[in-house]
Amino acid sequence: MNNYYLAAEQITKKFGRRLIFKDLNFKFQKNGIYGITGINGSGKSTLIKIIGGIISPSSGKVIHQFNKENINSENLHDNLGFVAPYLIMYEEFSAWENLEHISKIRGINFNTELFNSLMEDFLLLDRKNDLVKTYSSGMKQRLKFIFALMHSPKILLLDEPTSNLDDAGKESVYKIIKREGQDKIVVIASNENSDLDLCDIKLKLQDFKL
Amino acid sequence: MKPYALFKKDYHSELRTRYAVNSLAMFIIVALSVILFSIGNEKVPQNLTGGLLWVVIFFSAMSGLSRAFVAEEDRGTTLLLHLIAKPSTIFNGKLLFNLILVFLMNIVITLLYSALFEEFIIRNILLFLLTFFLSNIGLAIASTIIAAIISKAGAKGTLYPVLSFPILLPLILISVMLTSYSMLGTSFDQALVEIMVLVCYNVIMLTASYMLFDFIWKD
Repeated sequence: MNNYYLAAEQITKKFGRRLIFKDLNFKFQKNGIYGITGINGSGKSTLIKIIGGIISPSSGKVIHQFNKENINSENLHDNLGFVAPYLIMYEEFSAWENLEHISKIRGINFNTELFNSLMEDFLLLDRKNDLVKTYSSGMKQRLKFIFALMHSPKILLLDEPTSNLDDAGKESVYKIIKREGQDKIVVIASNENSDLDLCDIKLKLQDFKL
Repeated sequence: MKPYALFKKDYHSELRTRYAVNSLAMFIIVALSVILFSIGNEKVPQNLTGGLLWVVIFFSAMSGLSRAFVAEEDRGTTLLLHLIAKPSTIFNGKLLFNLILVFLMNIVITLLYSALFEEFIIRNILLFLLTFFLSNIGLAIASTIIAAIISKAGAKGTLYPVLSFPILLPLILISVMLTSYSMLGTSFDQALVEIMVLVCYNVIMLTASYMLFDFIWKD
């Protein structure tokens, strides 16, 4: 059982004078798949980045707790898996080299079995030793899921998880999202109806703007 | 171990792409050639050769050391680093990479310089080695934090030397002075004040870098 608790308290984000959203509050305390939706420019990606501790809110705070203990922002990266179209892997390395380097930088052992099994789930096993720069955009997107899952995170943040994916890629991603949603919190930011159909609860961002 | 893993990643990346090493090698060759051609058959005063050595070192550092962070920003992999390591791990890893690059670069420059300029004669080798060691550490620390600051900016190429000059000026001045002392054969006791200034510069730069880096790295 994953006792993760994610909450936002009065989050406001402005870029210069431009208000993105204001006084946003939510609590995700049960394992499951949560959706963030809204029109283009409503701040879905911004909110996902704030939840992931990549950028700071203009005011308010995000609380991450595991087993009722706060996770401080310095250690947040060890607990979350993140996938986004703007996340870029090292193109001069192969998938294997990328994830081996990343595991070592995280300070964990590179789990070859888990790597091979995830590569198989995401239909990339036969390309594991090829340089990432030779991958198609869909293959790069699938590799990001493997990156997000390799350290067995406690929470998954997915920004437009199926961008650039073909039908087979989408199917493999949906299968994994459903599986992960059973024992952890998965947050999806998307406008794709098929992505949002997976979600138990949806947060619509237009509702939080003045 | 985590900073070392980041260093190894950068090292492997450098072996594949050769961004920093190629630009450094080209710059060292070009800078030394320009100095040689401009001097021609003239006899260079001995104290000037020490200064010229640091001119080559300063501009070579400007051409290659910013790669530590600029390469991550250019390739769009900064977010990936955010997601896998603490800011202190990232700074330590990049600093380790720059330290090794600075030492290798300056060893090559000094050896080439000694071979090409017969007026460059060091009489107090221990003093020169200490100066070389402390100055390289200072140069690596300062270039790493400046690279982190300018990596977010638009005109990185121009901003790096402009921002580096005032920050590195005390280091370069003291290094030139100590190099000139070691060429004159001055004793350690007489050069103690300058050595302590160099040590203080390194301590201040390192402390300021650790305090600043969290703010630079986030947002």
